[in-house]
Amino acid sequence: MTAARSERQTVAQPGEAVEIAPGVHWIGVLDPTLRSFDIILRTANGTTYNAYLVRGSESVAVIDTVKAGFAEEFFARLESVARYDEIRVIVLNHLEPDHTGALPELMRRAPRARLYISTRATTMLKALLKPKGDERPFEYETVGTGDEVSLGDRTLRFLHTPFLHWPDTQCTYLVEDGVLFSGDVFGCHHCDNRLFNDLCGDFRFAFDYYYAHIMRPFKTYVMDAIKLIEPLKLKLIAPTHGPILRDRPRRSLTRYRELSSASFSERIDNDERSLIVFYMSAYGNTARMAEAICAGAEEAPGVRVSLYDLEGGELQPFVDLIESADALALGSPTINGDAVKPIWDLLSSLAVIDLKGKLGAAFGSYGWTGEAVRMIEDRLRGLKLRVPVPGLRVKLIPTDEELDACRDFGRALAGAIVSGERGKVIDFADLG
Amino acid sequence: MAKAKITFTDIDQTVNVPAGTRVIEVSEKIGAGIIYGCREGDCGTCMMHVEEGWNNLTEPSVLEEKVLRENMASRHDRLACQAQILGDCRVKPA
Repeated sequence: MTAARSERQTVAQPGEAVEIAPGVHWIGVLDPTLRSFDIILRTANGTTYNAYLVRGSESVAVIDTVKAGFAEEFFARLESVARYDEIRVIVLNHLEPDHTGALPELMRRAPRARLYISTRATTMLKALLKPKGDERPFEYETVGTGDEVSLGDRTLRFLHTPFLHWPDTQCTYLVEDGVLFSGDVFGCHHCDNRLFNDLCGDFRFAFDYYYAHIMRPFKTYVMDAIKLIEPLKLKLIAPTHGPILRDRPRRSLTRYRELSSASFSERIDNDERSLIVFYMSAYGNTARMAEAICAGAEEAPGVRVSLYDLEGGELQPFVDLIESADALALGSPTINGDAVKPIWDLLSSLAVIDLKGKLGAAFGSYGWTGEAVRMIEDRLRGLKLRVPVPGLRVKLIPTDEELDACRDFGRALAGAIVSGERGKVIDFADLG
Repeated sequence: MAKAKITFTDIDQTVNVPAGTRVIEVSEKIGAGIIYGCREGDCGTCMMHVEEGWNNLTEPSVLEEKVLRENMASRHDRLACQAQILGDCRVKPA
């Protein structure tokens, strides 16, 4: 084999599918110029929309498709290895438009194909593929963990892996070859025409970055999925974005397990609960409130209290702290009828972590109107935190009596943290 | 007013609520893991599994039954935005 031919085989060429395992081809597309994905993710060298074709002795399966604007490139690669009338199975592991954009046209070109989706995907399918005029709606079959589709000498088995990262997500396992078509799980936004993880540039940061923004809010579901995937024989993991993981694919599971552990240990100490108090203060009044709240909360046995001035720190470590805390209290002055920007910056950074079961509280000093506290409380509730103690507002400089009220506020919050321990009954009226 | 206890088993929290309260109202305030979409019984996102006390929730409406069917709900799955609590029950995200 010449060096040029060897080089050609490892680089995706236009119009040519790439064999990733015997009879299994990558028929995806490269999007190297993309710099921002779904508004929320930066993509320094673009991304790929990976789709795959599996040839069995009796039929051909297509697993996932690509974004609509790239459909022709996808069809050209598909046509290099299969005829449309051979396709009997189309699997969608995830229905987001970057993987279903070419589906309507594929269904038209491959009328003998049957569509397989997860049970939770039906309403999304109907919303994505609204039939026009007198078009018949697409027929589909829903599948769950353990369901199988035979391609003759090969079998596709489905794994129900919801919320990775939509309710509909599933993985598909090619049983005889140990290939896992994992959907967005184990994917990343990294565009490299060498396709395989042992040939691509170093994409480890992209893998972690993708996890942090896409999978991190669903850590419990990630761990459930890993339990399903771990017992499988894994020769290769084929995700829908980024490099195909053929070199030590199991390392991706290990990394997901690491990333799914809390950034800090789950508890500071097994018996301790953690309250983090953050504040911003223009003239030191909200700061004095924060200190008094901490002093009150610290009286509760079993609650460790931490106090931070938001002005003095970066957001990311604070987000990590909140992830492993039981409660957070936010203090802000009211400036021009609003809480100050660093508070909103922190609150808008919390979408990437699981806030389930945490408590929230708000406080602050104000000069004129004092709207900030109520606004923060509303946002905390919007993030589904329980706000057990009504917010505390002090007009300008706190008096000794008002600082006593701050200590009481801290005590009440710490009390709620302790009494809200698992297994105890809370009254609906106390939920705020 | 009659009271009932609802337990969210994913976070192991129990709340004493007035009978007739919708599950969504409690779930949101306690921070349980049931995820919401439209809140109008249409999208099916808030599907939950009732582990105990199935008969202690209000009967599903024809619309809810349809959405549950479309989402391939298993037996004892309900929509948290529709089901009202009449007696003690235990639920978790579906």
